[in-house]
Amino acid sequence: MTILARSTGRKAASAPAVPNWPRPDEPERFVASKEQLLDMYRQMVLIRRFEERAGQLYGMGQIGGFCHLYIGQEAVVVGMQAELVRGDSIITGYRDHGHMLACGIDAKAVMAELTGRAAGISRGKGGSMHMFSVEHGFFGGHGIVAAQVPLGAGLGFAHKYKNDGHIAVTYFGDGAANQGQVYEAFNMAELWKLPVIFVIENNQYAMGTSVNRASSEDQLYRRGESFRVPGLQVDGMDVLAVRGAAKTAIEWVRAGNGPLLMEMKTYRYRGHSMSDPAKYRSREEVQAMREKSDPIEGLKNEILDGGFADEAALKAIDRAVRDEVAESADFALEAPEPALSELHTDVLLGTY
Amino acid sequence: MPQILLPAMSPTMEEGTLAKWLVAVGDVVKPGDVIAEIETDKATMELEADDGGTVTALLVAAGSDGVKVGTPIIVIAGEDEAAAPAPAPAPEVAPAAVAAPAPVSAPAAAPAPVQVAVTAPETASGPTRRQTVREALRDAMAEEMRADGAVFVMGEEVAEYQGAYKVTQGLLDEFGPARVIDTPITEYGFAGLGTGAAMGGLKPIVEFMTFNFAMQAIDHIINSAAKTLYMSGGQMRCPIVFRGPNGAASRVAAQHSQNYGPWYASVPGLVVIAPYDAADAKGLLKAAIRSPDPVVFLENELLYGQSFDVPEGEHVVPIGKARIMRAGHHVTLVSYSIGVGVALQAAATLAAEGIEAEVIDLRTLRPLDKATVLASLKKTNRLVVVEEGWPTCSIASEIMAICMEDGFDDLDAPVLRVTNVDVPLPYAANLEKAALVKADDVVTAARRVCYR
Repeated sequence: MTILARSTGRKAASAPAVPNWPRPDEPERFVASKEQLLDMYRQMVLIRRFEERAGQLYGMGQIGGFCHLYIGQEAVVVGMQAELVRGDSIITGYRDHGHMLACGIDAKAVMAELTGRAAGISRGKGGSMHMFSVEHGFFGGHGIVAAQVPLGAGLGFAHKYKNDGHIAVTYFGDGAANQGQVYEAFNMAELWKLPVIFVIENNQYAMGTSVNRASSEDQLYRRGESFRVPGLQVDGMDVLAVRGAAKTAIEWVRAGNGPLLMEMKTYRYRGHSMSDPAKYRSREEVQAMREKSDPIEGLKNEILDGGFADEAALKAIDRAVRDEVAESADFALEAPEPALSELHTDVLLGTY
Repeated sequence: MPQILLPAMSPTMEEGTLAKWLVAVGDVVKPGDVIAEIETDKATMELEADDGGTVTALLVAAGSDGVKVGTPIIVIAGEDEAAAPAPAPAPEVAPAAVAAPAPVSAPAAAPAPVQVAVTAPETASGPTRRQTVREALRDAMAEEMRADGAVFVMGEEVAEYQGAYKVTQGLLDEFGPARVIDTPITEYGFAGLGTGAAMGGLKPIVEFMTFNFAMQAIDHIINSAAKTLYMSGGQMRCPIVFRGPNGAASRVAAQHSQNYGPWYASVPGLVVIAPYDAADAKGLLKAAIRSPDPVVFLENELLYGQSFDVPEGEHVVPIGKARIMRAGHHVTLVSYSIGVGVALQAAATLAAEGIEAEVIDLRTLRPLDKATVLASLKKTNRLVVVEEGWPTCSIASEIMAICMEDGFDDLDAPVLRVTNVDVPLPYAANLEKAALVKADDVVTAARRVCYR
């Protein structure tokens, strides 16, 4: 997919070499069954409603600190996760609620972590940015921008070392893509042919700085080229495009070809975090994206137009999701806070 | 000047192995010809002839180890002297028999570790063997790698180069490249990758060429490794060892000479270990590798080549237990890592004056063995902390605070600290010497707290 600058006219330097290292075939948009379509629809709606509710609870003072919502980006994680299998590892940054739901983690445990309760998945000690579920292959939930990139390469390393056939997926944003450690990880991952997919969720804004104000190469899928990590650019607002690309990428990486970079072109509707006034972009820009490119509306229309299900069936899913989210919020508000004795536990495992 | 002396080929080299002669008696050499291969504490180096001439004698046999820097090793008669008979060279002798003149080029500015008879109550009574700290560390890794397939070692030059300081020597041959992994020069990246591998169920040993370079990686040590267990509500483990030399080496100046003990020891979620002798280096590194927690294991370059008695067979030292290196009842000297040698040297001087100092090696900086320190204070009522590091916000500061909080009634004098001077470490030999912790200053401080 890479387009290289062409040498025109007389130049002192020779024309850039066309990369001849292997790369996967051009991915195709996923052709989904009715069940697959409805499941992806349900998952995206779950993330959307969950995040809206989290935003409300934040506004009510029930969620503290930083809270980064995933609204608008749902297709990315839902499309990717649909092609992973149990035993694969995933890791992401602090905008992690959607990833956890897409891993199949109980919404109640996530919401209760947001409200800082003992029933939270980190027993109330992690909060929005620091959640983990080893059981679900979800390794966080990391608060330092781009730290998850070498960590994710390390998860891939562990799979290769154990020779268990599994892969790691590390998600990070367009902002994180400018951190140096990302490239240290690319280098080692390719050098050692680690089974890891680097997924850049390019939602166009690193906090308040747009990609082209922060990135000299703003076509982020090319960022692996100097490490020979092939890149794919994917419409991250189309869950079927994501899933098709995921299928190609996962097959490629699982086959032992080494790492792959995927740039998901996506968009977040909300601010960077709950405390972001979002003055760096116009309301019209956000509205236009919602109206023309919303991943949930897009899939909904595809389901209806294709005759896979009718309005009533989708409404039933919507209702079930609303109930699930309402239940998680009630649970998260009623659950007790951690016992004070929890302050001192989980610092070290060993006794010395 | 026909004799060539064994040169110092690294800042810390005190002796070397004459691995191989590439010339024989009677050979004519030109300037720049390689005449021998010398194994130093870090690498195998080629020794070149500075001047041309005829080799008239080889004074040290090939394969000799422990040849002191400055020992005459070969006689090359200049062209004018070529015809003259060799100046009655001794027959090739074992290095032990060679009288070592004063080193010609290796400055010994840093605190020299001093070996003093240890009267530790817990000294193993079984058979021991003499080993360098470097060998003890290597054995610890090799034994744990044999015992557990999840243990692997990664870092710069750990495999094919056999370790920048030869600590991983031989591991590649035994365990292969899948478990002994050379990394690019990418500390932040490989510290993160190692931490991720630990989260994924492995037990990495991440070697930093020195802890100075780990500052590039400190985010992963603290934010990714140390906090994971807590942030995950006890769900996610991170059993990893970050190890490498720490503290001042010799004449490498400010950016390569810093003690990070106090930095890491301030972080909950980490275990921090800083051994002094070879037995502890081995026993504590084995314990560190077995620990389910992230461990920062601070070694010392100047101690790598020092030899100590190490118990034969399985030897694991408990984490978090200080060791009484020398019993005494007049004053307590508390230290760790290379400072223990300084404290022992001071204790020997004090003993000659009738002051019996008790020397405590903390061994583990976090969790700190307060009980052993306070018990000794209860006995001696006087305490001096000896630290090869800066004074401000140091382990010494911490020990002083502990004595104030928990040992106030036992104090007959203020606790004093003897540390490096509060400046970046200078390069010039005299300034470096002046900046580093010294036994004489420990003696002075001990006299002061004893009111002598």
